[in-house]
Amino acid sequence: MTYLSNIGAYFLMIAEMFRKPTKWSVMKQLILKDIDDLIIGSLGIVSFISFFVGGVVTIQTALNVDSPLIPKYLVGFATRQSIVLEFAPTFMSIIMAGKVGSFITSSIGTMRVTEQIDALEVMGINSLNYLVFPKFIALMLYPFVISIAMFLGILGGMAACVYGGFSSLEDYIVGIQTDFIPFHITYAFIKTIVFAFLLATIPSFHGYYMKGGALEVGKASTTSFVWTSVLIILLNYLLTQMLLS
Amino acid sequence: MIEVKNLQKSFGESHILKGITTSFNKGKTNLIIGQSGSGKTVFLKCLLGLFDYESGSISYDGKIFSQLSEDEKRNLRAEIGMVFQGSALFDSMTIAENVMFPLRMFTKQSKSEMSERVDFVLNRVNLENAHDKMPSEASGGMQKRVAIARAIVNNPKYLFCDEPNSGLDPKTAIVIDNLIQEITEEYQITTVINSHDMNSVMEIGEKIVFLKDGLKAWEGSNKTIFKTDNEVVTDFVYSSNLFKKVRKMYLEENG
Repeated sequence: MTYLSNIGAYFLMIAEMFRKPTKWSVMKQLILKDIDDLIIGSLGIVSFISFFVGGVVTIQTALNVDSPLIPKYLVGFATRQSIVLEFAPTFMSIIMAGKVGSFITSSIGTMRVTEQIDALEVMGINSLNYLVFPKFIALMLYPFVISIAMFLGILGGMAACVYGGFSSLEDYIVGIQTDFIPFHITYAFIKTIVFAFLLATIPSFHGYYMKGGALEVGKASTTSFVWTSVLIILLNYLLTQMLLS
Repeated sequence: MIEVKNLQKSFGESHILKGITTSFNKGKTNLIIGQSGSGKTVFLKCLLGLFDYESGSISYDGKIFSQLSEDEKRNLRAEIGMVFQGSALFDSMTIAENVMFPLRMFTKQSKSEMSERVDFVLNRVNLENAHDKMPSEASGGMQKRVAIARAIVNNPKYLFCDEPNSGLDPKTAIVIDNLIQEITEEYQITTVINSHDMNSVMEIGEKIVFLKDGLKAWEGSNKTIFKTDNEVVTDFVYSSNLFKKVRKMYLEENG
């Protein structure tokens, strides 16, 4: 029953988020601040993880297909497919659920605990529009982050492949161009947009509706990470089934 | 003027407000007092429109809140200033930005007009040099004064304060009390303060509403509270020996 009630409250929150818009001059600044916090602030960790995971994917592939019958360019092909289809959109989103999601939950949760949300409501401001809508708009730039993750993942794979001596640069480049299906990029970005929506709204929901004090802010951050991750994994399965099979 | 008629509010089976009728006057500091758990905060949140209530009515200068449209409620809220117990300053903004916030949201003033107004209210609360500080860099008393400045910057008709003195030393508490009273008289605001600080009650309680178990147990002023023989009030207000002595002296002097 609690789950159903929470699902209902979540959809009501989304509807409320679009009502009674905040003055554009104020909203513009909130969006820019959230782009800085959520998008620009994530580029460092995303770049670091993507580059090295790309390298690890390449090494693992190269070590596990060590047969003279398998062409050397397969390493590049497998790395591209892993990075573009799953690693960048899905697993990077789970990492972002930890980084961006817990930031959103704890910042909104702290505002709830310290009555800052009540202060907005007393002033007649739609606090959901003021707090959640800019995050939703900022995270619509999330595909930009994922593009960088894709590029750096493939670049990291190339570095590991060439400098690790698993295949030549030419073979790797042939591999990443082999059997390229443009729809795979579209599929990856459709997933990214859906996950961006989850990343903006689920942590906001857990922060906005939390009750209690500082300890509960921590608990809400953990719960929001768990639920965001679970929903990303579930929707990843559904979207893959719908779009690729 | 704010008029409350037969206000009732429950949370599930628990009846918090059991039918309160009272009024709060313009240009006066009106205090709601009572023990913890008597329903003060719920009453204040009902007055602010943060809680819905089951029955009764609250009217602001004749406008019954529950009968207003959403737009009218929003307009009314723009006329309300609120000082929260923990100040509730936006911690991502400087003190000047906090004070400017209601102006940015509800007025079409130019930046220079807004800055001028912010300077004026910060001067009014004796914080001339605190513009660029973050709330975390300000003391408790300064934060309260910033909260008062933010509450009055848009010339509100109604000012609500929830425990404005909590966590402050006695000297700063008196400064805050006097500031609220001066502002109330100066701008003819209807001020409602939720407090259990007896110093505030004696100093600035031009009207006092005493709540007990969700009911209004007594109503009067800082003048009449010395003379009342209502046991519920005397038990609460004169629970400390100091106040008992003060009351005895007052009654001896004034008969």
